[in-house]
Amino acid sequence: MKILVCVSKTPETTANINFVNNNTEFDTNGVSFIMNPYDEWYALVRALEITEANGGDVTLINVGPAANDAVIKKGLAIGAKEAVRIDAEPTSALFVAKQIAAYAKSQNFDIIFTGKESIDYNGSLVGGMIAELLSLPYISYATTLELNGNAATLNRDIEGGTEVVEVQTPFVVSAAKGMAEQRIPNMRGIMMAKKKPLAVVAAEAADDKEKVTEYKVVPKDRSIKMIDPENMKELVRMLHEESKVI
Amino acid sequence: MVLVLAEQNAGKFKKATLEVVTYGRKVADLLSCECTALVIGETDAAATLGQYGANKVLTTADAALENFDSQTYTSALGQVAEKVGAKVIIIGHNSTGKSIVGRLAARMDAGVISGAKSIPSVSNGFVVEKNVFSGKGIASFTLDTEVKIISVMGNSIQPEIIGSDVSPESVSLQIEDSKVTVKERKTVSGTVPLPEAELVVSAGRGMGGPDKWGIIEELAENIGATTACSRPVADTGWRPHHEHVGQTGVAIRPNLYFAIGISGAIQHLAGVSSSKVIVVINKDPEAPFFKNADYGIVGDLFDVVPRLNAALKEFKANNN
Repeated sequence: MKILVCVSKTPETTANINFVNNNTEFDTNGVSFIMNPYDEWYALVRALEITEANGGDVTLINVGPAANDAVIKKGLAIGAKEAVRIDAEPTSALFVAKQIAAYAKSQNFDIIFTGKESIDYNGSLVGGMIAELLSLPYISYATTLELNGNAATLNRDIEGGTEVVEVQTPFVVSAAKGMAEQRIPNMRGIMMAKKKPLAVVAAEAADDKEKVTEYKVVPKDRSIKMIDPENMKELVRMLHEESKVI
Repeated sequence: MVLVLAEQNAGKFKKATLEVVTYGRKVADLLSCECTALVIGETDAAATLGQYGANKVLTTADAALENFDSQTYTSALGQVAEKVGAKVIIIGHNSTGKSIVGRLAARMDAGVISGAKSIPSVSNGFVVEKNVFSGKGIASFTLDTEVKIISVMGNSIQPEIIGSDVSPESVSLQIEDSKVTVKERKTVSGTVPLPEAELVVSAGRGMGGPDKWGIIEELAENIGATTACSRPVADTGWRPHHEHVGQTGVAIRPNLYFAIGISGAIQHLAGVSSSKVIVVINKDPEAPFFKNADYGIVGDLFDVVPRLNAALKEFKANNN
């Protein structure tokens, strides 16, 4: 089984978000970066479990500058065999997907994993784009993936429930919570990661189809009204008359 | 031309679909063009989309589209978009939309906004807002491609009846057989799924265990809300995973969000901060959630929630 896991670098989950340059850029000052949790906890770990059970190797791919190598090395320490970094700023989802599809095209991966979304732009776009560019089936928001030879059975999240689907390799899948449990890299993994190959590949030309022109921090304009815990009639009255939500 | 994918469920249109058609109508008005709705599968209700502003309703009952598959649905939508010369394509940001919005953008080499929260502004370029950084920020994206694709967050707009029925026309498409087989769909019946819920009652570790949720379910039932929970509660198995709201769970934007016994960690707030009205019940007056709430009650939830349930029953009795 030859598996490609697409990983992105995102701000850490508790990071405070601010914008600079007249609110046109994300302020990276004081922000620590991590591997996108859905990519790490669910996509990468499930990919490793599959190759541990069936044989095969996991390759990591990231589109980003050299500063992303720390995140990629963590993935190698968790257990991926090798990594590829496409050397370019990941300026839009389609740009990233085109880079990954161009790399994957000649490699015959059985499964291409992404996380269900990245926690920075929350677009949930790249997996579907890669699938379309490579004409592969795409299963999004998968919470389980079981393989039997080349046949995969997956559960995927739908509104208020689950859909069970079957598909043959090769396919693209986006991994959601439930797919696997987070793995913490051990010292041996960290030492071994230093010797694993990390290829740096030049990017293909591709333009961005959309662009952020302005950012805003979500206004915290709620002014709280404290209500006497003995007087829930007052809360009901306010929700009905003032906020008109019930 | 604006093209809207009007999803149907067992022959009926959910509110989420009517929201998307209304959104499409508003975009068509901004661009002074027509709005076409595409309905996949058999339904008697197709004509009613005219009431929400569709000038034209296209239907396809192609057998290859019987079950959802991102590849065949993208092909169908792409073919119709080319046939009608769609400039803006609009889809709901639900499990269907999230599966096809990226595919369609790649197929058409188009600009795309997934999870739009507002009607586009066209006064200075075509600009659409969406939440970023898991609800901590808002970004205005400018699209300048010939074809633009938007998936719209649920509850971003209310359906509006502005017109009357239009006769559906059937459209013929060339769809390859799906490579994905749907074996089963398991959905919880009777409740509104969280991403579509207008009222949500959510509880956290303050519940102390899995066996005391009767008062939460009663509260949800009293106002017709959907139940939710915080991450620790789902992780320890007190409640099912699909109820987990927050940055790593479901992001929601209901009209009313009750947070009961939830301290309000930043990751939780990120997933619920777009709620219109937030009520926090917590015994700890220092709980961070009080800084992000509209109404706050400091007290033991096991006293407060039953009292609230009694008040709601009385309110309902008086308002019926």
